[in-house]
Amino acid sequence: MSVQPAMPKSWRVDTKPHKFCPGCGHGLVLKALGQAIDELGIQDRAVFGCDIGCSLLAWDFFNVDTIQTHHGRTTPVITGLKRANPNLVGIAYMGDGGGYAIGSQHLVNAASRNERITVILVNNTQYGMTGGQMAPTTLPGQKTETTPYGRDPEKTGYPTQGPEMVAAITREGAYVARGTVANLRQLKNYLKKALENQMAGNGFSFVEVLSTCPTNWRTNAEETWKMVEQELPRYFKVGEIKVPGGQKEGEANG
Amino acid sequence: MPDKPIEGEKRVFMTGNEVVAWAALVAGADIMYGYPITPQNEIMHYWTRLAPKFGREFLQTEDELSAGFTTIGGVLAGRKAFTATAGPGNTLMQEPMSMAEAMRLPTVVVIQQRGGPSTATVIYSQQEVTMTTLGGNGEGLRIVYSTANHQELFDYTIKAFNTAWKYRFPTFVLGDGYQAKMRESLTIYDPASRGIELVEAEPFLGKPGVPGVDRPPTQLRNTYNVEEELYEVLEGYFKDYEKIAPEVAEHEAFGLEDADLVVVSHGVVSRACKAAVKELREGGIKVGYFRPITLRPLPVDAIRETASKARQFLVVESANGQLARLLKEVAYGCPVEMLSLFKPGVGITAEDVVSRVKEIAG
Repeated sequence: MSVQPAMPKSWRVDTKPHKFCPGCGHGLVLKALGQAIDELGIQDRAVFGCDIGCSLLAWDFFNVDTIQTHHGRTTPVITGLKRANPNLVGIAYMGDGGGYAIGSQHLVNAASRNERITVILVNNTQYGMTGGQMAPTTLPGQKTETTPYGRDPEKTGYPTQGPEMVAAITREGAYVARGTVANLRQLKNYLKKALENQMAGNGFSFVEVLSTCPTNWRTNAEETWKMVEQELPRYFKVGEIKVPGGQKEGEANG
Repeated sequence: MPDKPIEGEKRVFMTGNEVVAWAALVAGADIMYGYPITPQNEIMHYWTRLAPKFGREFLQTEDELSAGFTTIGGVLAGRKAFTATAGPGNTLMQEPMSMAEAMRLPTVVVIQQRGGPSTATVIYSQQEVTMTTLGGNGEGLRIVYSTANHQELFDYTIKAFNTAWKYRFPTFVLGDGYQAKMRESLTIYDPASRGIELVEAEPFLGKPGVPGVDRPPTQLRNTYNVEEELYEVLEGYFKDYEKIAPEVAEHEAFGLEDADLVVVSHGVVSRACKAAVKELREGGIKVGYFRPITLRPLPVDAIRETASKARQFLVVESANGQLARLLKEVAYGCPVEMLSLFKPGVGITAEDVVSRVKEIAG
């Protein structure tokens, strides 16, 4: 008899193993999110919204009410839900294309309005589901299906700095952080704080997560890990960027 | 806070947009999401003034995509949610409404048609018929009421909420800028005073209990893995739609019994047609009047019966044949000849209709 690995209580066991590719970071992000939901005891109040792209494969992932929406539109769906029933804890889960390209106006305006929702954006530097095209987050020189000779920043710009943008346009009360699947304990804490920030009614909460896509990166395990642990943080600074009325992680000890 | 926005009934003189706001209030709408576009703006203006007095909410969104998708969020939370738009906003609205179709979500959208294509003109047309009835990458699984006057704007906005929540198809009230901006007399009323029962809203997500423990989780999707999976879902939807269509379809007609020619129109243009048909009949010309009130589903049996008896249809609309195309499909095989008076984006008077009929009669 095989032994089941430890899963968060809020995971839906009968839909496991999940549908993501081997080596994909989504499972890790959703594990950290599941643990955060467990620890906060909000399985009955949470509503999970997932976007189009690989994130949609999470539509039956949790034992949590879930709505799978359109590409880029998870933010307004969860905004509308939260406005209509503020007792719910609204989670909008999306990729970098959904959040920073097709749905960027929704992200910007939900942040500006300080919507009491939690947006989790998984950054794997390209469009996974559609076969690996350039995303706003693609690294300079990175080869994708639409930048076969590498991304040229002169022609297509530099990687979008999402959390920095959200931090710049939100007022006091917002929580903004960038985590990584290379540090799950830290990621879980960020997600938990983001959800707590929503539950306290402080304001918008946003966590970008640096993640992996060995399928489209065409990397082996070692290269994949090197990419997420070493390459991505050269362009995307991991840490808390905005914390309402408190100290950022790591500052407590001076 | 007063319990009811209107006690009993009241005779009023209002613009159509104000009428819509009052109707949404008495229909029990909990929240409106909206984005400014002429000629629907005053629906938001009146709603934002009235709503706080009755514990209702409003959110101004960043665009119509967001207005539509937040409306969907409101519906998922179990609230009667609505939005209003027009023209290019209606174009954007088709994306969220295709999701509402795919997931059978009871959204209510009020459209006040303006000129098209593109930004065009800001006040009037009947050029959003095709888009409102069949828009999006779908099959037109929706209900569309085309109103002709302020009393109907009030009656059918109330009805739209009931229809949407009863049958679970996205529902539209199709007006236009003339109706939106014009003032007219009507009676506004508490639906209960007319024996109209309001269909209760209920949450799709966030019902009581812990998902997976006390109840299965509600997990809604609009994406399918294989063609057959989608086909099966849609087959079910089509069957439901076909079943409810005769219950939902509405029309208005007179003078059909002896008419060789029937003037067919919808919305505000039908007022001109009605006046014209009355005048022509008084002058001894045998013409009939037919007006579908629901453009989706159309009153198919009534149209086919009329098209089998009359020799000619004169289709009159402020568009280049958008209603006519719908009618031709429904009347396929009937011997009726289709004649037209199309003035895309321009108003049509009774005189226009009378002279066209006389021209046809020779």
